[in-house]
Amino acid sequence: MILGKVLGTVVTTISHPHFKNRRLLVIQPLGLPGEAPGEDFLALDSTHAGIGDTVLVNREGGGARLVLQNPDACVISLIVGIVDSVHLD
Amino acid sequence: MLLGRVHGTAVCTLKYPGTEGLKLLVVQPLNKNLEPVGSLQVAADVVQAGPGDLCVMVRSREAALAMPEITFVPIDLALVGIVDELEVRNAAGFDLLLKPGWNQFA
Repeated sequence: MILGKVLGTVVTTISHPHFKNRRLLVIQPLGLPGEAPGEDFLALDSTHAGIGDTVLVNREGGGARLVLQNPDACVISLIVGIVDSVHLD
Repeated sequence: MLLGRVHGTAVCTLKYPGTEGLKLLVVQPLNKNLEPVGSLQVAADVVQAGPGDLCVMVRSREAALAMPEITFVPIDLALVGIVDELEVRNAAGFDLLLKPGWNQFA
């Protein structure tokens, strides 16, 4: 799972049935100072996150299928939590 | 999952069993600012997109799961949505760095 910031929303009226009734958000991964920023990507939302929120994103299909309770869901990236704080040593 | 712009169609007469009838489109993967990322790729279409459309794509095993009937097929990029509206804020307005110690987000 990775930490990311929600930077935008995507609206699709025509989409695969597995994506219906859920929001697609644009995620920018967080990084350490001096590190090259990660590539942005899209993730399906399961937590009602919004623009500006720091979120926990599961980037693996098996976990997404478990959360969506559909063994055939064609979803890879799924937002599974909204982060309140992170502590780094 | 990623954004992509449809640039054209690809036609194959000989295809692996299970992939017959699938529409193949040539797409350019894009980042959040709609700038090209990497080279052109071929994606299987399940939403009847056309050239010029901005689309949502899904990679890897999940691309095969997006296929309408047979989902155990050799497909690794699928078009699963057509974008009507894309709203992206400027990344400069957000703190995208993790610093040592406590990072409070709430």
